[in-house]
Amino acid sequence: MSNYNLTHLKELEAEAIYIIREVAAQFENPVLLFSGGKDSIVCFHLARKAFFPGKVPFPLMHVDTGHNFPETIEYRDAAMAKTGTKLIVASVQDSIDQGRVVEEKGFNASRNKLQTTTLLDAIESNKFDCAMGGARRDEEKARAKERFFSHRDEFGQWDPKNQRPELWNIFNGKKEMGEHFRVFPISNWTEMDVWQYILAEKIEIPSIYFSHTRKCFVRDGIIMGKADFVNTKDTEEVKDMVVRFRTIGDATCTGAVASTASTLEEIIEEVASTRITERGGRSDDKRSEAAMEDRKKEGYF
Amino acid sequence: MTNETKNTEHNSYLNMDLLRFTTAGSVDDGKSTLIGRLLYDSKSIFTDQMEAIEAASEKKGEERVNLALLTDGLRAEREQGITIDVAYRYFATPKRKFIIADTPGHIQYTRNMITGASTANLAIILVDARYGIVEQTCRHSFIASMLGIPHIVYCINKMDLVDFSKEKYEEIKESLEDFSSKLETKDVRFIPMSALLGDNVVNRSENMDWYEGSTLLHTLENVHIASDHNHIDCRFPVQNVIRPQSTEYPDYRGFAGRVAGGVFKKGDEIVALPSGFTSKIAAIDTMDGELEEAFAPMSVTIRLEDEIDISRGDMIARVNNKPESTQDVEAMVCWLSDTPMVPNGKYHIKHTTKDARCIIKKVNYKLDINTLHRLEDDNNIGMNDIARLTFRTTSPIHIDKYHRNRITGSFILVDEATNNTVAACMVI
Repeated sequence: MSNYNLTHLKELEAEAIYIIREVAAQFENPVLLFSGGKDSIVCFHLARKAFFPGKVPFPLMHVDTGHNFPETIEYRDAAMAKTGTKLIVASVQDSIDQGRVVEEKGFNASRNKLQTTTLLDAIESNKFDCAMGGARRDEEKARAKERFFSHRDEFGQWDPKNQRPELWNIFNGKKEMGEHFRVFPISNWTEMDVWQYILAEKIEIPSIYFSHTRKCFVRDGIIMGKADFVNTKDTEEVKDMVVRFRTIGDATCTGAVASTASTLEEIIEEVASTRITERGGRSDDKRSEAAMEDRKKEGYF
Repeated sequence: MTNETKNTEHNSYLNMDLLRFTTAGSVDDGKSTLIGRLLYDSKSIFTDQMEAIEAASEKKGEERVNLALLTDGLRAEREQGITIDVAYRYFATPKRKFIIADTPGHIQYTRNMITGASTANLAIILVDARYGIVEQTCRHSFIASMLGIPHIVYCINKMDLVDFSKEKYEEIKESLEDFSSKLETKDVRFIPMSALLGDNVVNRSENMDWYEGSTLLHTLENVHIASDHNHIDCRFPVQNVIRPQSTEYPDYRGFAGRVAGGVFKKGDEIVALPSGFTSKIAAIDTMDGELEEAFAPMSVTIRLEDEIDISRGDMIARVNNKPESTQDVEAMVCWLSDTPMVPNGKYHIKHTTKDARCIIKKVNYKLDINTLHRLEDDNNIGMNDIARLTFRTTSPIHIDKYHRNRITGSFILVDEATNNTVAACMVI
């Protein structure tokens, strides 16, 4: 009987495909959140596998802070063109222009938190009843408590103390009008699983994940990429550094790591030996001990 | 590192399998500490996580680094020093990847233990060496067994507080053996440990040289899980129908789903339920190409030789090995909602990919889970109660006994007014 045993990556893949198919069956108007980061790229790849040889039966949506790494946008547009997938861009700049949110000020100003309003507005105006995302439970402690199918009330809020029990592989996506779900198909994957899967499946990823030379500066021990929309203090020296990114978020709060890893194999070796979590370079999580939990309750990804 | 060793390392990652386990125990049995210890001693904790809990321990005035803080994710949990919700943790050794469902010990959150236990291969149940078997030990053991978890490991924890006494351990082990002989789970193991000091978690205990068994991690790495899935009875609940209607695939019609049991092979004769029409498997498709066979828990798309009517909620099985198709179902039920069960009430039912409605016809008995006595005249089923119920469904569902197949043998009840999941049900 032992031949009938799946490896753990194959089992995780089967689980994620099952969940994506459940979303397509249980919701009328789902959307896949797509940032151009590796986790959402893996989700998109899994969605293509789930419906092959059919097309992915839902659009993708990018919540665009306007503070992007150019490589990410290039990758995003190329991937959409290649697969013929519909992409919706929800812009934080529009939310600012419409007075829905106010831009943060100061040196650590970031549009990361503002994304929540843009996301919730876009879900409402497009009448999405389910937003799938590439969040993983190993990323952050509040995420470790998230269900696969996570219910949101009419204000888009998450109530962590009152989550629906989730049993076996039966997912309850029933809801009232105006409510929606967040669904996380790769909840059970770790950073290492994602990298190993990208390698095994030969999935293309944006170039900024690989080592390159970039204008950077160091703030609070974190290497930040320099861009026009990032303010630097007089004491912060901008210089060329050899770096790569472990996560791709808003460019104002996503740190780089000094690295010469230029192939997937080298990245995997680096991930295996590293002693800092990937969100360790995310200054948005460092705002307080419960920073992620508070943002999630309000409706963050 | 040479290329050759790099390749073997990469291959070993691709050959690892997956063990899902759950941890249960009463409040203060040291569950969170045990998980913290497993992660810490297996070097799965990163320096920034360690720094964060060092700072938090210091702020709370604790004398040593509190490993339990690693798993308490929500603010209320950290404030009250308890675990409220199931938290999932991940770690890997070169042999296996592990998913831990860390479930709370409080009575009011027992429904979360059921959530964590429903997909687990193995349950760790913690017992405080000072107190031995308590009410929660029985409750958790019974739940683990009822949920069909194939392996139970009792960790007799806090041995440091009973002077690492072999007699104390043997006494508790004996009473656990006596109790667990009544359970369905046949693979039951015992380990004396101190999660706080790390004895017998990852490293062998020097304080308990009288113990000759495996450490916990060694047990987790080596327990046999290949036969935990049913590879005998072919069951394929249909999730979606794939019809691209594209120029490349104008007539393609495939049935997408996840194999719930057995092994499906190209050419196999199958029957579709509820229609009863038969056909043969023309192909098993994936984006990576056609497969010769598919088995649980693979997600595939099956194409048939004949055009027969199949849609979501239907099930593909073998002509000579079908599930029972019935509208009358008997099941062990754990009530999960703080709104009590309504006798003769109507509920929405979700079974594999099929939705139906049902009425609760009869409460056969309620179970006193501490004594396992049957209370025959008690119809009041509330949160955390376990009862044997009889249901009538609006349309036939295709079921197996839960102990034969955890996927086709399970269903949930959904309250039609609130949409909440209110009960976990296991077919008898």
